[in-house]
Amino acid sequence: MSSLLNKIINNKIEEADSYNIRENGKTVKRKENEYIKIVNKPNSKGIDIYVKEDTLFGIIDIPVIISESGIKDVVYNDFHIGENANVIIVAGCGIHNIKHKTSQHDGIHRFYLSKNSKVRYVEKHYGEGTGNKIFNPITEAYLEEGSTLNIETVQIKGVDKTTRITKAELQENATLTINEKLYTEEEQYAKTDFIVNLNGENASAHVTSRSVATENSYQEFTSDVIGNTKSFAHVSCDAIIKENAQVKAIPIIYAKDASANLIHEAAIGKIAGQQLTKLMTLGLTLKEAEKMIIEGFLK
Amino acid sequence: MLEFKNICFNKDGKEILKNINLKLLDDKFYVITGPNGSGKSTLAKIIMGIEKPTSGTILFNDIDITNKTITERANMGIGFAFQQPAVFKGITVYDLLKVAIKKDITKVEACNILSKVGLCALNYVDREVNTSLSGGELKRIELATILARKPILSIFDEPEAGIDLWSFNNLIEVFKQIEEDSKGITLIISHQERILNIADKIILLENGEIKEVGDKSILKDIFSCPKGGDLCE
Repeated sequence: MSSLLNKIINNKIEEADSYNIRENGKTVKRKENEYIKIVNKPNSKGIDIYVKEDTLFGIIDIPVIISESGIKDVVYNDFHIGENANVIIVAGCGIHNIKHKTSQHDGIHRFYLSKNSKVRYVEKHYGEGTGNKIFNPITEAYLEEGSTLNIETVQIKGVDKTTRITKAELQENATLTINEKLYTEEEQYAKTDFIVNLNGENASAHVTSRSVATENSYQEFTSDVIGNTKSFAHVSCDAIIKENAQVKAIPIIYAKDASANLIHEAAIGKIAGQQLTKLMTLGLTLKEAEKMIIEGFLK
Repeated sequence: MLEFKNICFNKDGKEILKNINLKLLDDKFYVITGPNGSGKSTLAKIIMGIEKPTSGTILFNDIDITNKTITERANMGIGFAFQQPAVFKGITVYDLLKVAIKKDITKVEACNILSKVGLCALNYVDREVNTSLSGGELKRIELATILARKPILSIFDEPEAGIDLWSFNNLIEVFKQIEEDSKGITLIISHQERILNIADKIILLENGEIKEVGDKSILKDIFSCPKGGDLCE
């Protein structure tokens, strides 16, 4: 279990202010403190995490491990963040599946950010073993006035199929930043949907997706940003494509108010020959140059 | 020493380079000049292996490098500064300098290299080599990657292109320094008289042929001043 944990959680879990480790559908270890409470939902279907108002720099780890083949784990994690609280939440799911049965984790994360609270949410998906591994994360975020949510998601190889849905509703002066990093290979399939409603004045959303699609993999990126009032959004989808991979980007920006300012940029292409040539003139081989460009792109 | 033997290069049925024979000697500073489309950049790319000649041979210190790859030539000590430097998302100036110098260097060492090209190093070392940098900044970083490698043969393709006058003045100082320190061959493609002024030898290329090789006097017709007298500044 610990090796899988290391793949999905960067910090030392014992040092987190609170944590909840879920393994094969059950909570196996938990830590709370006076600011951060973790409460079970009925039928071990998930947890409610309550962060007290004015909590500063709390770190919460909620990893999920699936090591038994053939498990389909659906978990609901709800985060209730108090006013002015500032926390980092590190979630991640590791599947170790060496058998023929499919292992699946569908995490439904809901964030309720009170006024002026700040959350940095880091999520990492990792799969190992030859068995089929499926992740279908759903994230819903409700941002009250002046709150900030930064979401960082990383999925590098190992996941056969994933459909990710992220929905957010932003009130006045709320800010949402999403950074997605994705690398697919073999026959992998990854679909991402972002649905963002900018409801309050001066709400802003910044969505950046960088992905690399190789071999026979398929990626689909949809962003649907609606500016209902004076608001700002910048969505950028940038993909490197190789071999027989396919990448589809569907940008939707919908301004329902004349003072909404919405921008979408999408670029899909192979690695520029000029970049490869430059690195080769510095002594790298073609393969080394490609590796450096991809690693930099997903850094 | 670099030697071209009967180098020809054709593209799309057009003769870009016609039977080039040329020797470049060690510790010399050469400038190739000539009208647009005369084949200057192509000649430089052929040395680096970015373009392959249609026929002919290139010898580098008596080794035939005609069929060697870009990587092999780079590792033999040939360096190339591009006219339009490549940009990279996510790769920093520091990353690029580490590759150029072929070892792990400290940020202080990276800063020292950058200060040679007139960049206030601490501001730049962690910046990404992307389009947020100006043309002049990218150009200097490009130069820094060459200086870092200390090549035996350094090629600079129109280093003055796309930079403002202020940056250009600094660039001249960088090249004067290279000229003084140079242990190998320096080859610059340029139209700029101030760069031509510091050359040991000027190679004039026209219509894919070497028209003349010599000192600045070979350009008298081109740079002659309409008011009479010597070269116009």
